[in-house]
Amino acid sequence: MQIVEYDGTIEGFFCAVFNVYEYKFSNCSIVRQQYLEGNLFASKHVVHFHPQHCYRVWKGLKSRLSPRAYKNFERAFLSETKGIEDILLRYVHYVFSSTKSVELDFSHEAVLAVNHAAKKVHREAHRMEAFIRFHKTPDDLYYATVDPDHNVLPLIIDHFKNRFADQQWLIYDTARKYGFHYDLQQVQRVKIQFSQEAIHGNAEAIYSEDEAMYQQLWQQYFTSVNIKARKNLKLQLQHMPKRYWKNMVETKPGP
Amino acid sequence: MNERVLEKLAILSDAAKYDVSCSSSGSKRKNVNKGLGDASSSGICHAYTEDGRCVSLLKILLTNHCIFDFAYCVSRKSNDTKRAAFTVQEVVDLTINFYRRNYIEGLFLSSGIFSSADYTMERLVAIARKLRTEHKFNGYIHLKTIPGASDELLKEAGLYADRMSVNLEMPTESSLKLLAPDKNRDDMIKPMTFLKNEIIANRHDKKTLVKTPLFVPAGQSTQMVIGATPENDWQILKLSNAFYKQMNLKRVYYSGYVPISNDNRLPAIGTPVPMLRENRLYQADWLMRFYGFSVDEIVTKEDPFLDMQIDPKLNWALRNLDQFPVDINRADLEMIKRVPGIGLRSAHKIGEARRFSFLTWEHLKKFNIVLSRAKFFLKIKSSDLDQKDYSAMQIKSMILSGGHSKYSINHSPQLTMF
Repeated sequence: MQIVEYDGTIEGFFCAVFNVYEYKFSNCSIVRQQYLEGNLFASKHVVHFHPQHCYRVWKGLKSRLSPRAYKNFERAFLSETKGIEDILLRYVHYVFSSTKSVELDFSHEAVLAVNHAAKKVHREAHRMEAFIRFHKTPDDLYYATVDPDHNVLPLIIDHFKNRFADQQWLIYDTARKYGFHYDLQQVQRVKIQFSQEAIHGNAEAIYSEDEAMYQQLWQQYFTSVNIKARKNLKLQLQHMPKRYWKNMVETKPGP
Repeated sequence: MNERVLEKLAILSDAAKYDVSCSSSGSKRKNVNKGLGDASSSGICHAYTEDGRCVSLLKILLTNHCIFDFAYCVSRKSNDTKRAAFTVQEVVDLTINFYRRNYIEGLFLSSGIFSSADYTMERLVAIARKLRTEHKFNGYIHLKTIPGASDELLKEAGLYADRMSVNLEMPTESSLKLLAPDKNRDDMIKPMTFLKNEIIANRHDKKTLVKTPLFVPAGQSTQMVIGATPENDWQILKLSNAFYKQMNLKRVYYSGYVPISNDNRLPAIGTPVPMLRENRLYQADWLMRFYGFSVDEIVTKEDPFLDMQIDPKLNWALRNLDQFPVDINRADLEMIKRVPGIGLRSAHKIGEARRFSFLTWEHLKKFNIVLSRAKFFLKIKSSDLDQKDYSAMQIKSMILSGGHSKYSINHSPQLTMF
């Protein structure tokens, strides 16, 4: 068994795929650095980033896949699910070795698996578009923290950019420790060093004057629109799983 | 804003919540000139309350003061309830500030009728106008059509709103007469027809003129209250079908009656909400809109109620066993869609995959098809035919014994009145 180690970025993954073809690895597994486990009996190949390698694999896929199928490929990659790289590799093999378009061949194991993964990621991206809650700071920045299961931020920034074109915002993934900031002109990827106070300290200190009031109004609204005679907690949880609640104004645990 | 606004919000959202429409989809309104909001995406449910219902829009009444006394309405004049009214500015501020924090997709504004229809409609339009023009708001706006309001006001409303609706509430004229003697069915159909024609004219202009404004881009919807009056499902679905076909409505909502009154013309307080029946009606509605079923295939005058034990698609299949089993590799996709346990997505997967391989049970398992249902109606090889030789009763009981209904006993569809 040949382990192919890469850095976890999609560019790195394309280079890894290039290496697999270059060195003709047949029994191999592409693993991101942080998921690497000691495997005594496997030899390890470390992928180095090379723009040409990355470009050739990307170009090869782009030219063989419809925009929609490529998007799904990207989504599946962003799932960061353990083992997704090997599924994507089998998908690439199938696509590159076929003369006609096979992206809709759901009878193929890898095509179906990529689509399933993509669907999961797409669902969570949509959930983030719904469940993100901005808090307004005194300098008119709207900021939100999230920690999704999958790395969905790259998939949702266009949505927020189109929607909140006239307000500055920052969405930060606390699990992956990076975020995106919109400064009224463009969106940039950012990394922030949060002070201890910002994490554990007095939250009101960083809110704008009317923030607490609108949070209270929203909580009131959320309570009032519920119809008690139709109580159905199971349905609520199905649509809004508990793991998202801590970042939401209406469901976060009280002080 | 202060404590008073908080109280108003509590009263006026509580009074608006029996309107079940929460859709925020179907509009084409994009963000323009770096304004606020974008209603062009598919709808978003921003939260779910304990009843499992979606919260998409800020759904409020402008006021719950009302000159009418419709028995089924929580804001009826004779109801001893707290009254309140928002100012135009308060509604605008709430909408903008909730929207900027990503709490909502937009505003769903309705109102009790105070003084006159025109006066009420004018206020609703004033709020929408202010949001669109002063605040460059491109989020979703759903405005209630107030029956009896002038055509000019409705037309202006249509220029700001993404969706408009007038609720029929009672499925038949006689029920309406019983519970709302002052209300006339024609009063509700008239503005609906007016808007329908305006929407058609607008779409026509769009084809011939260079620039036409958006006019109710997400169309119209309506709502019927289920279980307050003795209509059967055939009457209800016939009506929905007419709304879709003749009135071009985008959605018909079914609202299981939540007892809110001691009026002896209505089910008593404490009567369970007919949630299962409501669910079956939505299933039937979906069959008509997405699965190619005609209303007459679902219910008939002779057999006018949907089966509460099994869903309408399975019910249809059991009544039409001569059309099964369906050959998964060869049958027309329209027929595949009619197989119980196969949804639109898996039908699509089958259609694509069978161009590449001969599909087997193994493939179907991986497509998330509910095989415990579908297996009775599908065949792969000709030998599969043998196992399909069950009667409708046998299949029904085998499927029922395999699953558990998600509805507990207290959601019983039975009426305790009438």
